[in-house]
Amino acid sequence: MGAKKVQKSYEEINERIRKGEAVVVTAEEIIDIVEEKGVVEAAREVDVVTTGTFAPMCSSGAFLNFGHTSPKIKAHRVWLNNVPAYAGLAAVDIYIGATEPAKDDPLNKVYPGSFDYGGGHLIHDLVAGKEVELVVEGYGTHCYPNKLVQMRVTLDDFVDAFLFNPRNAYQNYNCAINLSDKVIYTYMGTLKPQGGNVNYCSAGQLSPLLNDPYYRTIGVGTKIFLGGGEGFVVWSGTQHNPHVPRGANGVVKGPAGTIAVVGDLKGMKPEWLRGGSIQGYGPTMIVGIGIPIPILDEEMARFTAVKDEEIYTQIVDYGVDYPQGVNKSYGEVSYKELKSGQIILNGKEIPTVPLSSYLKAKEIASILKEWIQDGWFTLGVPQKTLPI
Amino acid sequence: MLYTQKIVLRFSKKTWDKPIVYRLAKDYNLIFNILKASVFPKQESLMVLELSGTEENYHRGIEYLMSKGITVEPIEHDIERDEAVCIHCGACTAVCPTGALSIHRETMEVSFCTEMCVGCELCIKACPVRAMKASF
Repeated sequence: MGAKKVQKSYEEINERIRKGEAVVVTAEEIIDIVEEKGVVEAAREVDVVTTGTFAPMCSSGAFLNFGHTSPKIKAHRVWLNNVPAYAGLAAVDIYIGATEPAKDDPLNKVYPGSFDYGGGHLIHDLVAGKEVELVVEGYGTHCYPNKLVQMRVTLDDFVDAFLFNPRNAYQNYNCAINLSDKVIYTYMGTLKPQGGNVNYCSAGQLSPLLNDPYYRTIGVGTKIFLGGGEGFVVWSGTQHNPHVPRGANGVVKGPAGTIAVVGDLKGMKPEWLRGGSIQGYGPTMIVGIGIPIPILDEEMARFTAVKDEEIYTQIVDYGVDYPQGVNKSYGEVSYKELKSGQIILNGKEIPTVPLSSYLKAKEIASILKEWIQDGWFTLGVPQKTLPI
Repeated sequence: MLYTQKIVLRFSKKTWDKPIVYRLAKDYNLIFNILKASVFPKQESLMVLELSGTEENYHRGIEYLMSKGITVEPIEHDIERDEAVCIHCGACTAVCPTGALSIHRETMEVSFCTEMCVGCELCIKACPVRAMKASF
């Protein structure tokens, strides 16, 4: 791309946000604007494009500090509503992971297990203001003599509580099919035998990282909508991989970039952090994330105008290949095809099933748009962009 | 014209062992499809049936069931969706055999058509947020 016709800085855009003058549209709305006016004019007019996604994100959890008791205890083993938390930190710091099942869960002993309660549900209950049972075992030291603490607590009782999700908002994801002869229960949902259905999990044209394919504006310090409150991107997520084949539009054709995010749990809302039970697989948490993308120039207008028909993903077999670590694609499909309700694979019509809520993703993008229009949610300037 | 209804039958400790499905077929010429049955010796038991036949025979069959002390309820009230809980992801549509749970393609909203529901309950555990409930 030659010299940019439009160039805006974060400072300029933030100034406009503060004055209530910023033009903010969602990642759906920008599509028509660019189609109608072209990328240069769109970039001149629009300051920020908001994205959104609401889907199970297993690599999620929360750091909690439950405060010192009298006498003091050094947590060795911890349970919250019977869900084990990790205590290998300082005395009263713990981490509760979204996919941790409750201690007495029968797991997959009665197959497929239903995993009714786990870390994700616990985090949701805390955010919903519910009282939960905290049980702490210590082994006793001179400085921390107490060996057992049992109490009913609410989120307010914790000194600190912040969500820290090491991998969220995957930039694109496989769509799953089952080519084996029996029904399988996976983290991609229920898959019928012999390719009976194909499941996918991405907000497509609304998905944050698909709207900024080269991570020009998303990095450490990017301010985001996280679980209904304010959050930040703090690092690239685990398994972040920018070296995935890309289309001519720069969009990755399989799972690629990821982000690690953080945010104060006390400022979040229960409807945007939901406990999930994936049959036969385990508990998880359904996390709402929205990222504002500054339209710094016409290239960003072009990126954010990406449509479902321009975003492709790979069909992967979860019956045999995926569990065995075989990396094979049975074909490429666009999100437009996936969202239509059926795809054609080897001449056969296969119904498609989403796991990511497009309806809720849209709602998140709209809420974030309002926050920015209201003037209080400004853009975070990334101090280091994600590896590319 | 074939008249088809899905019903829930409840048996008491006294009626659990009666061969009622046989009678429905033989005496009232009704086609039966047992969608669910949990029948245990000398216990309160339950059966979900789909019955087809002429409307007249169907009603005579129902009268027969009631005369035997069996409680008969229509199924439509039995699977419910908690609208406040549903997140409209669509995971349930993978398992729904009748298309009662389907996605409105314009909005990607998941709709639940109770008339098409056969009460198989597959959606209950397939729903990650447990929005689908059976009220047996």
